[in-house]
Amino acid sequence: MSDYKRVIVIFPHPDDETFGAGGTLASLVDAGSKVTYWCGTLGEMGRNMGNPVFANRETLSTYRKKELDEAAGVLGIDVVHLGYRDKTIEFEVLEEMVTHLRTKLEEAKPDLVITHFPGYAVHPDHDALGRAAVEAVKEMKEEERPDVWMHAISNETSEDLGAPAILKDISDYWDTKWKAIRTHLSQADGMVDLINREDQLERLKTERFYTLDQLQ
Amino acid sequence: MMEPIKPEKVQDIIDNFSEKPVYVHLETTNGAYASHFNEKAHNVGAFIRNAHVTYEHGKIISTGGGYRVGLKLELGWVYAEGLTDYEVDEHNRLLMAGHDEQGRLMVALEISETPFAHEADYHE
Repeated sequence: MSDYKRVIVIFPHPDDETFGAGGTLASLVDAGSKVTYWCGTLGEMGRNMGNPVFANRETLSTYRKKELDEAAGVLGIDVVHLGYRDKTIEFEVLEEMVTHLRTKLEEAKPDLVITHFPGYAVHPDHDALGRAAVEAVKEMKEEERPDVWMHAISNETSEDLGAPAILKDISDYWDTKWKAIRTHLSQADGMVDLINREDQLERLKTERFYTLDQLQ
Repeated sequence: MMEPIKPEKVQDIIDNFSEKPVYVHLETTNGAYASHFNEKAHNVGAFIRNAHVTYEHGKIISTGGGYRVGLKLELGWVYAEGLTDYEVDEHNRLLMAGHDEQGRLMVALEISETPFAHEADYHE
């Protein structure tokens, strides 16, 4: 049995769930957790359009939403869309986002929230939504507060933050993660490119998360 | 589906949008991860969505490898370089984009008589 009954994943783009946490999510589902992905945007402004190109700026969101539905099926998770717009999250009013997320978290009552480590997640949407999610959890009553695992990406992560508290060897779930990666077809080539880099492949096979007490 | 730009055809479409109010999406990007994968690189990007303009005339110019498009406004210009592909979609919008060898969008210029979707496309 999983330690966690109810898991909420908060990332901004369709594919963040697979790339950063796919193996962990599949293993949690396997152990009996109910996992829901609160997806911030539809990745409308992504620059990967498929290779060969099949999407354009106006149709990309439709493809990415469908791809996310398929990936969620592979991982065994549900999807809820938060309704923000790609590339613009950091320009929203932070307090409004925090209230939005806190209200939803109080309703969902998760015992684990997975999000990005604010300031160490490279993409401005990652940092901004991660910041809002962390603040939302901090605003919750202590007895209702879920555990928080934060995914960090930046090259300075280890040097600045030390070792992550949660280190998941997801070798047993690599096939599932790989299958989910492939369902993100419009984005897959950019990802596969990464996988051809040995260091990046290693990163994908070990999923790392920092906990709230590691937040600086 | 986008296809390689046919300049005469695109010129005709640009002409048809001239002298009337149109909405423009203009964008360029080298990706949010440019400096993550190459520390010497610099993330660069800009976009404007639904600029509401009327242009007197516009031109498409071949550069050999791609195309430039310029639209002359009463008080200024709209300009894009590096366009390679185009499409007129089901809403009669002219979508142009420049893609790199891996199909990644580097630049886009789109013209429409109706606004482009500007809120999140999907609410729970």
